[in-house]
Amino acid sequence: MMSFENVRWPEIWDATKDTLYMMTASLIFTIVFGLMLGIILFLTSHRQLLQQPIVYAVLSFIVNVLRSVPFVILMIMIMPVTKIITGTTLGVEGSIPPLVVAATPFFARLVETSLREVDRGVIEAAQAMGATKWDIVRYVLLRESSPGLLAAVTITAVTLVSYTAMSGVIGGGGLGDLALRYGYQRFQTDVMLVTVALLIVLVQVLQTIGDALVRRYSRK
Amino acid sequence: MFDRRGLQLIRLHNIRKSYLVGAVSVEAVRNVSLTVQMGEIFGIIGHSGAGKSTLLRCVNLLEKPTSGSVTVGDVELTGLSERQLQRQRRRIGMIFQHFNLLSMATVRDNIAFPLTLAKLSKAEVNKRVDELLKLVQLEQHADKYPAQLSGGQKQRVGIARALANNPDVLLCDEATSALDPQTTNSILALLLDINAKLGITILLITHEMNVIRAICDRVAVIDQGEIVEMGDVLQVFLKPEHPVTRDFVDQVADSGANGQLLRERKGRLLRMTYIGDLTYEPILYNAVKPTSVQFAILQGTVSRMKQTPYGQLIVELIGGDEEIERVIAELRKEGLEVEAV
Ligand SMILES: Nc1ncnc2c1ncn2[C@@H]1O[C@H](COP(=O)(O)OP(=O)(O)O)[C@@H](O)[C@H]1O
Ligand SMILES: [Mg+2]
Repeated sequence: MMSFENVRWPEIWDATKDTLYMMTASLIFTIVFGLMLGIILFLTSHRQLLQQPIVYAVLSFIVNVLRSVPFVILMIMIMPVTKIITGTTLGVEGSIPPLVVAATPFFARLVETSLREVDRGVIEAAQAMGATKWDIVRYVLLRESSPGLLAAVTITAVTLVSYTAMSGVIGGGGLGDLALRYGYQRFQTDVMLVTVALLIVLVQVLQTIGDALVRRYSRK
Repeated sequence: MFDRRGLQLIRLHNIRKSYLVGAVSVEAVRNVSLTVQMGEIFGIIGHSGAGKSTLLRCVNLLEKPTSGSVTVGDVELTGLSERQLQRQRRRIGMIFQHFNLLSMATVRDNIAFPLTLAKLSKAEVNKRVDELLKLVQLEQHADKYPAQLSGGQKQRVGIARALANNPDVLLCDEATSALDPQTTNSILALLLDINAKLGITILLITHEMNVIRAICDRVAVIDQGEIVEMGDVLQVFLKPEHPVTRDFVDQVADSGANGQLLRERKGRLLRMTYIGDLTYEPILYNAVKPTSVQFAILQGTVSRMKQTPYGQLIVELIGGDEEIERVIAELRKEGLEVEAV
């Protein structure tokens, strides 16, 4: 029988709050930037409303580059930028910029894919009614793809949870930080188990809420 | 803006549309010119791939013609900026084979969509949507989503949406091709009604001759991107000239006799055409009665084109030449068209 003698619950609770805060804040920025980037990727792609092969190729390349760099390395690489934005590269604040930079291209691709699922015929029907391109984005693309976008937000939130755990490596705070400091460096396995269990619960909860929302808003 | 029938509402002049497929240029529409009159129902019929959709989409410039001009009302659409074109498109409603409704919006919101785009106030939108729901008999289904509707109901939503901004023209791209025959008839009846009551001009494309026969006033036959025959439906129907037109007419003819059978007959073969009230008169019987000529009916259609009854029979007359000529003269006197087969 394992005793949880090393576990200090107030500290665990603070770390959980930090994780939730990092995840939520970076998710909000990721949704804003990723939605814009995803819409631009979609609209400039082949045979779409703003078809711009060069713009698409450049954006697509940048997205691919950012997505191929492992998160831990990306975090270290953009430290100077993080310092300029938040004044620090440590703690909860210091981890938000790298989280957003890593998650935005990922989310943008998911947005692009969701928008591609929108029936061409519906876009044409809107054009035939005299809709402008902006009308089409607002009333057709975003609305028709909303279940897909909700699913994309869910996946991104889950991904961000695992990224926040990694940001513990450079003193980012949160549950990952705790697991690393106590579990790995001081061999307090009980602390590590508790933090891992909490991360699992968090991911389960996020996925369940996301799935429920997608089901609730699907019309097909 | 327009209140008189007979005005030219749509004018297509030398429309060409070619697509670049790889390095090859495919001509989907070749030099089509046609005019649709205010208030009429004009049908374009052609086989799959003939260029019907491309041509129809050129009318509201969903497809930019490679060359040629499109005029609707007194506005040349081909010369407009994007903004101006968007405004003009509100005067041109369109419905589609696969309905193309917003799947995430209710029936009510789908119908409201073009009104929202036209920036009407909420109160105006609601009032207009209620009128339209009534027009297409979907009041009971206002809060359903398209996935909860049958094909016919979806097309009714499409029609209501297309009519929302009181357009002058309704473009129909195979509007009944995804529907079963009974539903097709109810949608065709609705289109006739809209044309008669609201005076909306309809330009439709189809590959089904029964659609043309049921509601069109004039028809153009398109084959490989070219108009090969055009005229009043009755005339094209009864005297098809181009082989493609004959194919389509055969779709709806009761083909009791084929060419082989007709060639084997010994008597004189005649094609007789009745139009209007003549259709229901015993003219053939009356014409042969005073003679010793006998007749056999080999093939026949008695039907209705839009509102006009018509009949066409292929008849074999057996008897002396002189008497047969007398019968033919009598039939012609009664107003029938008679010709040797
Ligand atoms: N976007 C396109 N690119 C290349 N070819 C096309 C395109 N749209 C239509 N076509 C070609 O043009 C011809 C006419 O097509 P369409 O107008 O859809 O015919 P219909 O509606 O009569 O079936 C076909 O040969 C089709 O393959
Ligand atoms: Mg077609």
